[in-house]
Amino acid sequence: MKPHTLIADGLSAGYGEATVLDGLDLAIPPEKITVIVGANACGKSTLLRTLSRLLPARRGKVLLDGKSIHHLPSRELARTLGLLPQSPIAPEGIAVADLVSRGRHPHQGVFSRWRREDDEAVAAALAATKTEDLAERPVDELSGGQRQRVWIAMALAQETDLLLLDEPTTFLDISHQIEVLDLLTDLNQTRGTTVVMVLHDLNLAARYADHLVAMANGRLHVAGPPEAVLTEENVRQVFGLQSRIVTDPTSGRPAMLPIGRHRMIAEGLSATNEDSA
Amino acid sequence: MSLSLTARVAENRHRRARRHRRLIGLLLALIAAAFVLTLLLGQSFTPPRDILRTLMGEDVPGVAFTVGQLRLPRAVLAVLAGVSFGLGGVAFQIMLRNPLASPDIIGISWGASAAAVFAIVVLGLKGSSVSILAVAAGLGVALLVYGLSFRNGVAGTRLILVGIGVSAMLESVIAYILSTAPAWTLQEALRWLTGSVNGAQLAETLPLLAALAVFGGLLLSRGRDLEALRLGDDTAAALGVSVGRTRVLVIVAAVGLIASATAISGPIAFVAFLSGPVAARIVGNNGSLLVPAALVGAALVLVGDYCGQFLLPSRYPVGVVTGALGAPYLIFLIVRVNRSGGSL
Repeated sequence: MKPHTLIADGLSAGYGEATVLDGLDLAIPPEKITVIVGANACGKSTLLRTLSRLLPARRGKVLLDGKSIHHLPSRELARTLGLLPQSPIAPEGIAVADLVSRGRHPHQGVFSRWRREDDEAVAAALAATKTEDLAERPVDELSGGQRQRVWIAMALAQETDLLLLDEPTTFLDISHQIEVLDLLTDLNQTRGTTVVMVLHDLNLAARYADHLVAMANGRLHVAGPPEAVLTEENVRQVFGLQSRIVTDPTSGRPAMLPIGRHRMIAEGLSATNEDSA
Repeated sequence: MSLSLTARVAENRHRRARRHRRLIGLLLALIAAAFVLTLLLGQSFTPPRDILRTLMGEDVPGVAFTVGQLRLPRAVLAVLAGVSFGLGGVAFQIMLRNPLASPDIIGISWGASAAAVFAIVVLGLKGSSVSILAVAAGLGVALLVYGLSFRNGVAGTRLILVGIGVSAMLESVIAYILSTAPAWTLQEALRWLTGSVNGAQLAETLPLLAALAVFGGLLLSRGRDLEALRLGDDTAAALGVSVGRTRVLVIVAAVGLIASATAISGPIAFVAFLSGPVAARIVGNNGSLLVPAALVGAALVLVGDYCGQFLLPSRYPVGVVTGALGAPYLIFLIVRVNRSGGSL
């Protein structure tokens, strides 16, 4: 199977009067994990929404395998590219297996019967996210971490080669964050799924990304391997924050230690934060 | 665990589907029983044998009139109107993910009702032209409410508040037209204010049956997309649903149903609003709510009308009975939604 390519070309998008994305160029490397970081309101979510056609492009285009996604039939697009939004809604009382099976929607016709491969896809998604024992439980009774795994299972049941996730770790405690990111890495390594996600935590981003994208003011600020992107200079430019970059002894990836105005042990390290974002 | 996970998934799915079908069957049986009861029992008891003979076309003295002219048309209209209100109501509630977003709360029923009153009282129209005007007015009000509440997309709460305002306006229009028509009886006035199946005729149920076939069919064909919308617009779009197109089709179909029924029975109070949540309580989350809500709507109108006629100290139109059920539930919902945000 040929890996899919996803490219944003001079992409502009926004809501109402506001332009959020302003001429953004980005190429998502196939079969890799891409993590998008940036300050609040820099357009990260808008980028994911535009890449998955939830939001129309005002200028420029999004190319999936070289073809503009704006002309693809909705179902066809949904069989290749999946998106997990920031706050999906679970209908009251819905069972886990039922919710996960909703991921089969783009594979089914209006009145077509449920097929064996649909059951297999749901079972595989439950197994991959270790939610098989929750299958009959109502989603609203689950913990935040369990619920997030169930939503990811639904996206997996969709069986797309590209998976976009908008802050999949929000509201999770640190162990559940790691669990979700490990799960997505498993998925990338075993199935070759191209993962694109927005994360807030720079250190987790640097650890899990193959390709790190930093956005500022609706544009791509810098993109590349985490070592090249997570630098003191870039953190200052993107977040307006002084920091020190060290090497994470476990992963060998860069890790960022922020520097504020207080709690310095040595004089001279203190720095004034300038707002350059 | 001896079963493979796939087999377990399939088995659970079958179990949910069976449960769903069983509950639908139960609702159908309930409606059938209520239907037969309303034919048998009115002011007087009619033996089943006489009813069968009348239905076969025989002229049984007395029975031909009470059953053939009074009870049967009334029961048929009650079922058709109930199904239409139930379907149209739940479609809006699912689409906007809010039980308060039902067409009778957001003004669509009132628009259809006002147009019907205007057509009948002022223009002197009858029959299907009244229905057509009512559907057009219903769509007009839907567009108006949608347009007035549009700001960077439609937010459910804003739409509901705008709709409540529009409803109040349209209710006063109806009251005004009725008050200027001197020959109007209280019974008929109540039809347009709370809804009634009084004086139903079999002939007038035909356009409603046609509307139900067209609009109901359209709605059922979008059932799966509508189910996906319950997960949120973004999730539905990510699952391959054309959210915009689905919305337009659902609005047209639901408004068509509500307005066609309203043109004949008046806006039977709160049936559209109650059917979905009641159906959700009964069948839970094992399948689409469209058919269960339609059946609950039929049961509500059928049973409500029977209660209004024979079980209460005086005779009331069905809308008074359903209104008495619906109003407390509306208050309960507003209190609950205020606390939590709420869904169906």
